[in-house]
Order: sequence, then structure tokens, then C-alpha cells
Amino acid sequence: MIEFRAVNKTFPDGTRAVENFSAVIPSRTTTVLVGSSGCGKTTLLRMINRMVDPTDGAIEIDGENIADVAAVKLRRSIGYVMQNSGLLPHRKVIDNIATVPLLKGVPKADAHRHALELMETVGLDLSLAQRYPAQLSGGQQQRVGVARGLAVNPNILLMDEPFGAVDPIVRADLQKETLRLQRELDKTVVFVTHDIDEAFLLGDQVIILEKGARIAQQGTPEEILANPASEFVADFIGADRGKRRLTVSSTAQPQGDDVVLIDAGGYAAGVISAPDGKLATGHSSPKSRSISNKTDQAGDA
Amino acid sequence: MNWIGNNLPLIGERTLDHIAITAPVILLSFLISVPIGWVANRFTASRGIVLSASGVFYAIPSLPLFVALPVILGTGLRSPVNVTIGLTLYGIALMVRSTADGLASVDPDVTQSATAMGFSDSSRFWRVELPLAGPVLLAGLRVVSVSTVSLATVVAVLGVPTLGLFFTDGVERNILGEIWAGIVMTIVIALVFDVIIVQLGRLLMPWTRSSSAAVSRPGRRTRVVAPV
Repeated sequence: MIEFRAVNKTFPDGTRAVENFSAVIPSRTTTVLVGSSGCGKTTLLRMINRMVDPTDGAIEIDGENIADVAAVKLRRSIGYVMQNSGLLPHRKVIDNIATVPLLKGVPKADAHRHALELMETVGLDLSLAQRYPAQLSGGQQQRVGVARGLAVNPNILLMDEPFGAVDPIVRADLQKETLRLQRELDKTVVFVTHDIDEAFLLGDQVIILEKGARIAQQGTPEEILANPASEFVADFIGADRGKRRLTVSSTAQPQGDDVVLIDAGGYAAGVISAPDGKLATGHSSPKSRSISNKTDQAGDA
Repeated sequence: MNWIGNNLPLIGERTLDHIAITAPVILLSFLISVPIGWVANRFTASRGIVLSASGVFYAIPSLPLFVALPVILGTGLRSPVNVTIGLTLYGIALMVRSTADGLASVDPDVTQSATAMGFSDSSRFWRVELPLAGPVLLAGLRVVSVSTVSLATVVAVLGVPTLGLFFTDGVERNILGEIWAGIVMTIVIALVFDVIIVQLGRLLMPWTRSSSAAVSRPGRRTRVVAPV
């Protein structure tokens, strides 16, 4: 469990990035910090591994104040995945993945063997092990970044807009992989993004942030979608843009067992199963929210 | 040109003298520039000062410097220490800027990610920033090498044995072949040093040639991946 207690951060230039932020991030779940650029979400994330120290307030991991832990030691125990992967360009893929174990003094042979296992875990072809990062595609680099973040088997994995720089199709693929990994590995994941669809797709808990890292709303995707706490949230999740509120098209003919749904703008946004002309109810799994995600990606692409 | 045929051993000897003076200077210039370049790059306030100071230093005429240095250092005019320090100062003046530029050229994403991984400040410098500054350092070192090899001919005026003695002696005695021998051997040394430095760079920085080379390396599974 990660707990922020009344955390403030003012940068030397006077910018108040974080104003009195308090929140609990439960263990073994994915918490997504989502907000526009400059809302302080990355600053919050970097406070967890002491890349940024709070001006005041405290951050505790499992009850221990991280200010009392040496920064370098703390960082080696927390996985970190960033945008543009941040791989070391002068090291081969296998050495990149093994970076932290090697820093911690794990024998090279062991570290490399484990790195190869991790490549399989994240779905990388083992033939890429001896390549340099520049020889990989953006999606592959991101997978290497994830494998590196997992290399010390950390309890906590911090992900800073990890899929922001890849194209929508690869992003969807990586998001799916992240969900699979989270099911398999059971880490405490803190994920930062500006993409609300990504937040709803990946988050068990979503924290929507306004400027200064003020919490606009915190809850499960279902809670937030059903009850936006404010005008800001409603706007941010796109409720009032009509992107979320879908209605059955009155003009389009049902295609077999599917009924076409349209958004407020009148554009086809998806379909819903309606065997025998009746809407299927009661079987909607929580993951049905990915429908809205699909429509958005269609819009992006 | 008879002169060359009759003086091959002397040409060889002077060439070795020249190498003996310049090789340590190039190495020293590099080693000393790393910490200075680090300081210049690390603190915004020092960058301007250090870099302009080194630039101005390079503008000092070499002969007066070699004459003035022994007075400051208390060494003899022809002492190898005097010559080595003088040439090294010029080397540093060139190399500091390359070092600072090289360190500044390292992608901040990479240094940040290295910090996030848990590199300490010093291990991050030695294992991440310095290697990644390598290509720029290499370019700087090539300039220092050529400049040092050519500048070392000047110290012949002080009477220090280098290839430059062929110039002074050749002019004095009007032997064209001797002058030519000095020029050609200076160029040969400069070229050989350059080749050595470039090869060292290829050896120490395999990633810089990987993007094109390794993808098409035969005998491997060549799944060519378009860089994004």
C-alpha cells in the first residue's frame, strides 16, 4: 500500500505542482493517475521513487516513510517504465533488462537468464536479446522497458505514460498485455496517463486530477462514468461531448443480432448484441467498458 | 631528395620523438578534460565561464607560451615537461568544449531513466553519461590529435627534437628534401593516430554502428525491423 499524506510540492521556480494531495493506493491493484498536461501527475509518480522529494507531507510505502529510505536503494526496489522507454542506447536488450539486477550485484549469468525469461513474459522474441534498442520498433522498445521494470520482481511498478509514443494499434496491443501481466503478476501498479480511455481500461482505481494535482474524482471507472462528480470530470471523461452516451440508432437497420449504437453527434460508435431484437442484459462484465475504448481508438486512427 | 635516402634512420628517430611527445599529450588532454567538461556541463553558471576561458586560451600564441611556461613552472626551456604541459593546455582548450557538448548531448530521458533505475550519481556518470557522450568526445579527440601532432612541430624552435627540426634545419640549410620529409611524416603520424582513434571508438562504442550493421548480419535470423 502506498499512502500520500498531505503532500505538497513547490518547485524552485515557484510552480506549485502538487497542492495538499492525499490518497491511498491499495496493494495489488492498478491505480491510474489521469489528467491533462501539467496537472502534476508525473510529479506525484516520481515522488514514489524519490525522483522528486515533496516540499512537505509524507509518502509511506507499507507504513514506512520513504524519506527514511536511501533514494538509490528505494529506486532499485521499484519498477519504473517511462515514455519513449528510456532504454540505455549503448546496451543490448538483454543488458537493458538486466540493468538493475546487475547494479545490485547479481551474477551476470543469472541476471541474463532471468532477463531471457522476462522477454518471454512480455512477449518479446528471444532473437532480439543481442540487439541494441535503436534496432527495435517503438512497441518492442516499450516491451523491453516493461521487462526491465519487472527485472527485480518489484512489488510496485510505476508507469509514466508508457504507451504515449506508440501508434494506436500497438498501444491497444500493449494495453492488453498490461492487463494480462497485471492478472499474472499481481503488482501494485501506479499508471500515469492523459488518456481517459486508457485510464478506464487499465485502472481498478482511477484518480482524475486537476491542476496542482487536486483530486477531481477518485473511484472505479464504473463509479466515475455513472456519476461524474463535477462539470470538470464530466467534461474530462467526455460525457457531455456525447462520446460516452450512446443510443440505439433509429435509422440503421439491425445487422443480424447486432444493433448499431450512435453517439450524440449521430455518428456510429459501436454495436450492441441484441439476439432476437432484445438487448442482452445482466451479462455485462466489468470489462465491457472496453467498448468505449474501441470507439475512441477508431477515432484516433 | 638525396637527403631523404641518406637520412632514413634520422627520419625514423625524429618520427619516434614526435610520437613520444604527442601521444601522451593527447591522452592527458582527454583525461584532464573529462572532469573540467563535467563541471562546465553540470553547473549552468560555470558553463559559459569555462568554455570561453578555454576558447580564449587557445588563442594564445604558442611560442610565447612555451617561453613563458618554464618561468612559471621552474622547468628548463627544453624540458619535456615544459613541452608536454604546453601542448596539453592547448589540447584541453579544445577538448573541454567537446566534453561539455558531449555530456550535454546525452538524451535527458535516458539519464532520468537511469536515475529511476537506481544508478547512483557516480555510476550513472561513468556507465551511462560518459559512454553516451562518446561519439562527440571521439570527434573532439580527433581534432585534438591532429592539432597536437601539427603543433608539436613548433617546439623545434626551442630545440626540442621533433619532426619540426626538419623544418628549421631544412630552411636554414636550404634542403628541400628535409622539409618535405618533415611535412610528410607529420601528416603520416596524424593520419595513423586518427585511424587508431576511430578504430578504438568502433571497438568501445559498438552500439554506434549497430543500427545498420547488426540488422543485416548474415547467419542470424534477419527479421528486419523498421525503426520507429
